[in-house]
Amino acid sequence: MGSSLKIVGGEVYDPANGINGAVKEIYVQDGKIVEACREPSGVIDATNLVVMPGGVDIHTHIASSAVNAARGFRPEDHRHGLIAKKPGIRSGVGFTVPSTFATGYLYTKMGYTTVMEAANAPIGVRHTHEELIDTPILDKGLYILMGNNEFILKYLKAGEMEKVKRYVAWLIRSLKGYGIKLVNPGGVEQWKYGKDVEGLDDKVYYFDVTPRQILKALAWTNESLGLPHPIHLHANRLGIPNNYLTTLETMHALEGFRLHMAHIQFHSYGGENWGGFCSKAAEVAEYINTHPHITTDIGQVVFGDATTITADGPWQYRLYKLSKNKWYNQDVEVETGCGIVPYVYREKNYVNAIQWAIGLELFLLIQDPWRVSLSTDHPNGGAFIFYPWVIKLLMDKEFRSEMLKRVHKRVLSDTTLPNLDREYTLSEIAIITRAGPARALGLTRKGHLGVGADADITIYLKDSDREQMFEHPIYVLKDGVVVLREGELVGSRDGKLLFVVPPDVGEMDPEFKTEFENFYTIEYENFPIDAEDIPNREAIPAGASR
Amino acid sequence: MPPVTLRLKEPLTGVPLEAESISPDLFADRSREEIEALPVAWGNEAHRLGDFFQVDGERSEEIEVEGPIGRVKWVGSAMTRGRIVVHGDVGMHAGSYMRGGEILIEGNAADFLGVEMEGGLIHVKGNAGHRAGAAYRGSKYGMRGGIILIEGNVAHEVGAYMRRGLIVITGNAEDFLGARMAAGTICLFGQAGLRTGGGMQKGTIVCMRPVELLPTFAYDCTYAPVFLRILFKGLKHLGVQTPPGATDGSWRRYHGDLADVGKGEILIPA
Repeated sequence: MGSSLKIVGGEVYDPANGINGAVKEIYVQDGKIVEACREPSGVIDATNLVVMPGGVDIHTHIASSAVNAARGFRPEDHRHGLIAKKPGIRSGVGFTVPSTFATGYLYTKMGYTTVMEAANAPIGVRHTHEELIDTPILDKGLYILMGNNEFILKYLKAGEMEKVKRYVAWLIRSLKGYGIKLVNPGGVEQWKYGKDVEGLDDKVYYFDVTPRQILKALAWTNESLGLPHPIHLHANRLGIPNNYLTTLETMHALEGFRLHMAHIQFHSYGGENWGGFCSKAAEVAEYINTHPHITTDIGQVVFGDATTITADGPWQYRLYKLSKNKWYNQDVEVETGCGIVPYVYREKNYVNAIQWAIGLELFLLIQDPWRVSLSTDHPNGGAFIFYPWVIKLLMDKEFRSEMLKRVHKRVLSDTTLPNLDREYTLSEIAIITRAGPARALGLTRKGHLGVGADADITIYLKDSDREQMFEHPIYVLKDGVVVLREGELVGSRDGKLLFVVPPDVGEMDPEFKTEFENFYTIEYENFPIDAEDIPNREAIPAGASR
Repeated sequence: MPPVTLRLKEPLTGVPLEAESISPDLFADRSREEIEALPVAWGNEAHRLGDFFQVDGERSEEIEVEGPIGRVKWVGSAMTRGRIVVHGDVGMHAGSYMRGGEILIEGNAADFLGVEMEGGLIHVKGNAGHRAGAAYRGSKYGMRGGIILIEGNVAHEVGAYMRRGLIVITGNAEDFLGARMAAGTICLFGQAGLRTGGGMQKGTIVCMRPVELLPTFAYDCTYAPVFLRILFKGLKHLGVQTPPGATDGSWRRYHGDLADVGKGEILIPA
């Protein structure tokens, strides 16, 4: 007999199944949601409580060699956020770059049960898996960085698209990845020669390919492999004034393909320079509203301490020059780069305040909540533990007005935020934090409470203070097991790795192996990761080729 | 109010004791029993302050510790008021994060004395260890205010990353004095070690003896800065005797570290 459970009396928000606050019973058996079970072994009385699927984070940086480098690089961060050991609960530390166990617990305490690690250099993926195995409770997946991979650039230079496709499939299959990530396509490679790309048609040194070519090639590959998630794109020229033009051009260039624009807040800036820095959220939101092939997450800025970690080396150099904070820079073999700079977002800093406002403008101006996911690009825009604060800003116009009085006064005059009256409903919040990201990821068993879904369920106390409500769930269930009760973790369990099995598109050429061994620091045979090395895993099949 | 007196019941050897709770802020409103019940950590075990110390007196902002307590760490950490007198040596991290009040140490202080302190006065009659008044690893800034007076010698990286405040060292210093300093003043009466002021951005290091400078420091001028006379006068009030001749001579000014911002200064008697 497996375990079974009944949740009664709760107001259910399950937008994927069209349920919007109806009082409904939910049955759980063997970790799945079922139609009904005869004699449930447990009952949770959710009267007057709100029941939602467990949260899904589409873009976060919680594990990887880069995150781990940031941990080592920021010992001062680990003097905060101490989590004490309890029976069944490991200790942990950290605030913007928490240790693995702390990460699992902090996400769970916020009602999140599925997260996607957003940037992994292929050679670091083995390390990422080791960390993800040690990140408890959550189900996880990882995207693999491909936008500056020299093998792909080389194949593109020679115009060998089939080789690109085979190589991408090989990478995802051998590394147990979930999707294709691009970070500043072409720009990171260019950074290895001390430069960045200026636009979509700038040629990358030596390879003579343009960001536009890389984007199209990988978007095409993604579609033809039928991967469940669109290409996950950190576009060119992140964080630079007037980059909204590049952003619009990028989205335009990829019309006809599905596209996920990551942390779009960082890509919606206007102004010729930092002095004229301004919001172009309206233009970007308008484009997204009229083009249904795009999904996005916001990358909302949260005031306070942040650690910027990205493969976007040239941007990190600029940020280091701007902030004068310490700077970490790395060239990752033939694959990508990495930069880390600690950063503090300040309410009274003009640029930071506008960045904060742009994120909210985008949330409020993009009409279709199904295509917007909540993210802070943790820890680049701020730590994920502030999601409830962002939710309050979205749901509470009054709170927004209060914040507007605190931040730099030019936000009032220079952005449309003060005129935006939209307030998110609970159902819309359920979409942007659960149903939407799950749909964008192609995860059919996450983000909803229909029959057959994984029984990842969060139960909140209804509270007019939405921050309070979303910060302290009453119950969190993972695979049908209560892991959090009355705000306290009551037990830990292992989450699983979600990985995609791409279709068989042929083996790599024999000369690839020779080339690999010529350029890599590890042996070809040691590169693929054995599925047996990952104790809990779930293969997600790729769909039909598009 | 008579001071609260703490006396170690048995000398500590081996595992040191971590006692943030030895702080006037916590003692001021507590009875003797409550003070004894304050938590301390001994290795990975939680204990009561009274398990290690004989406590006499209560409800006082003044604490006297019969030393030496060289293996007791974090004494007076984050204190904001009152006074602690240690009759003997004190362990690591004494007065770290301190915001006000006074700590008088009659013996030697170990490493990390007054690290990241923001205000108050620490007076050490003996020597101090590494990184006094500096930053903890990773922090952007070290000491942000207050005064540290050390009558003996100090070890490496004293005043590193310092942001504001004053450190006076009557004895000698070892290497990297004021390294990566962002502002503030360090006054060294004795001999400096290697790479004094390495990577300093702003701030002042006054060396009373000739010092071997890094090549990234450039000579500016010889002059008699008024602020030094004011500084020495202030030190006299704190009971620090400046070496004869220091108050009325002229000084050679070097600026650097030119490998970084380069607005720091090192003053050496001409």
